[in-house]
Amino acid sequence: MTALPSAATRPAGGPGGERRGRLRLHHPLTPYALCAPYVLLLTAFVLVPAVWGIWISLHDWDFLLPYKPFVGAQNYANLFDPSSIVFGDFWNGMKNTAIFTVASVPFLVVIPFLVALLLNRHFPARTFFRAMIFAPFVLGIAVIGVLFKYLLNTQFGLINAFLDAVGLPPVAWLETQPAVWIALVGVTVWWTMGFNTVIYLAGLQSLPEEHYEAAELDGAGAWGKLRHITVPGLRMVMIFVVTTTILASANMFGQSYLLTSGGPGDSTRTAIMVMTEEGLRRFKMGSASAMSYLLALFLAVISIANFFLMRERKS
Amino acid sequence: MITTTSRPVLGQRSISRRGLLGGVAAVAAGAGLAACQPGSSARPGQQVAPSGDGGAAGYDGPPVELAFWNGLTGGDGPIMKKMCDNFTKEYPNVKISTTTIAWADYYQKLPAAVSNGKGPDVGMMHADTLATNAARQVVQPLDDVANALGMTEEDFTPIVWQAGMYNGQRYGLPLDLHPAGLYYNKRVMEKVGADPDSPPTNMDEFMNVLDMAKSKGVQGLWVPPGAVANNFGQTMVYQFGGHMVDEAGTTSGYNHPGTVAAMQWVRSLIDEGYSPKNAANDSDTLALQNDKTVFMFNGPWMVTPLKENKKVDWGVTQVPNIGGTLATWSGSHQFVLPVQRSADENKTKAARAFVNWIIQNSLAWADAGMVPARASVREMPEFAEKEEVNIFAQQLDYVRFLPPVPGISDIATEWATATSNIVAGKKGVQEALDEAAQKANRILAENQKKYQR
Repeated sequence: MTALPSAATRPAGGPGGERRGRLRLHHPLTPYALCAPYVLLLTAFVLVPAVWGIWISLHDWDFLLPYKPFVGAQNYANLFDPSSIVFGDFWNGMKNTAIFTVASVPFLVVIPFLVALLLNRHFPARTFFRAMIFAPFVLGIAVIGVLFKYLLNTQFGLINAFLDAVGLPPVAWLETQPAVWIALVGVTVWWTMGFNTVIYLAGLQSLPEEHYEAAELDGAGAWGKLRHITVPGLRMVMIFVVTTTILASANMFGQSYLLTSGGPGDSTRTAIMVMTEEGLRRFKMGSASAMSYLLALFLAVISIANFFLMRERKS
Repeated sequence: MITTTSRPVLGQRSISRRGLLGGVAAVAAGAGLAACQPGSSARPGQQVAPSGDGGAAGYDGPPVELAFWNGLTGGDGPIMKKMCDNFTKEYPNVKISTTTIAWADYYQKLPAAVSNGKGPDVGMMHADTLATNAARQVVQPLDDVANALGMTEEDFTPIVWQAGMYNGQRYGLPLDLHPAGLYYNKRVMEKVGADPDSPPTNMDEFMNVLDMAKSKGVQGLWVPPGAVANNFGQTMVYQFGGHMVDEAGTTSGYNHPGTVAAMQWVRSLIDEGYSPKNAANDSDTLALQNDKTVFMFNGPWMVTPLKENKKVDWGVTQVPNIGGTLATWSGSHQFVLPVQRSADENKTKAARAFVNWIIQNSLAWADAGMVPARASVREMPEFAEKEEVNIFAQQLDYVRFLPPVPGISDIATEWATATSNIVAGKKGVQEALDEAAQKANRILAENQKKYQR
């Protein structure tokens, strides 16, 4: 190990700075060439569709009809006009998305954190439990949908059979509110908590052991170590987890599409479901694009706010 | 109808608007436009039907492989596969490669594929989606095929023949009809004291059995929201004198007095305990198979799964006349030929021969529980031996379809929401239906504008 010249032993920057220019072994365009594949993919699959979508949202757009009249901002104006056809559906979808996000994100942030703390300890079969916690996440939403349709069935489902066994009345998990939201949040937490758990675990393992030893010397107990070392040390990880979880929850589609078809009534029809219906079933892609840009705007604002709220404060 | 000039105009517009967008954005938008150009240039309708016999004489050209897309994900899929194999046995030069996509996705993927010039050679569609796909130029007119094959209205039930038409042209060749029927559990009927050999035929007899069941603690007809939104609920709407949408496709019948009466009766089944509250979707089929209920309204696709379940003693019969007018919901599978950007003459011929052959040999299709649309097939002696499908076939005089109007299924969401609210007891019948009707009418009006250009 020591025989190898390691990059860390060499002084970075400073005196090495001027030598770097002379010793450069690559062509000036090499960095750009290395970035090119990514930039190309980003352009083809993110930038172009994003800008193209704005263009679509300014039209009455059905990709198969030769006539795609330019309507200016009409598709956006409709979303704010209570007398338009889409107004009710869209804002009902946004409301349902907000309900689901507010109800699911706290669980998806806190439970994986606690599970990660447990899985970070030393105990027999730890790797097995780590794998088990992550396992549901690798399943597709179609599998989850079929699975829970059986489990949550009001009359024939396993969950109500358990409730019955302990003397509780059956719950119409997919037919009545608020049971449906509880079911959808529960399914989502079971399905996706493994992802956040793994992120937290990685964060926990990067916390230096010396900090805990120092805290112990200062007389900190388990709670003190958690509050003063673990949580502050995971701040950036938490920002990442909260942001991605909000975005994932706000994009909820499969759970209610497969389990409730948006019902009862339209109480679990999320914003994405409304857009799918509008754009891919009624083929009003301009209107659907406008909806998705408005949702994206909301999510951008929330993500930025989230970042500022959770950033390190210098006091 | 088709304005070939619309596209260049659109392109110029985008260029003139470049100034509004930032450098990269403008280039990206331009690239996007350019990329989409060929995509939407499958100039539908311009395709010329091949001269020839429309497939009447079969196919004797060089070997071809036909792409055939359908949504037959149930027990009907393997039967169609077998029919395709039989066709290839007779015409070894035509290989059929079948792609099966669940119907809901199929109706999204097919238009996208057609617009990219990657549509299949042969497709299948439900009658109520034909007009939409004809107007959106996903499928080509088939009058030549129908004429060449000597298909006439007399050989088909008028309603299913007319369902293949849009704007005076034929777009769908009817393969089958699949009306709803009444399934019943013989064991439970016996248990509650009803005669399993004479299922009810009218309202009084039907309610009589339900009452007998109720007195024995059996809820005789489970009413999940999915059944009310689909064949059971719609059958009742037609029976009580209502309709889903008027013949012109401009006004929904969601708050028609007959529709309201039908939904009130459906609601009363739950209120009076003939159905459990909050029955889960598909729980009606599970209850029937587990001896927990007497009746189920459903389509002929239930025949195969019930036959496979050896534990259940069941029967099926025509829908009873509950609302006063004998009527039943029905769907129909029709063959379509998707629009091709560059038509291969041999494939075009082979596709026509294939569709013709399958319809002529659709007796095998009756094994899937579907009633062959062609009368000459139903008149074959072998057809009479297929017990269940004959029961469904006896209903052909009073089946009901949605009118062939483009975009007609766009209002289905409003109906599903209203019926879900009614079944869940979240809204009153009249209130829920009024709301749905009002919204549906506006969607229909908007569609009329959209598809009239």
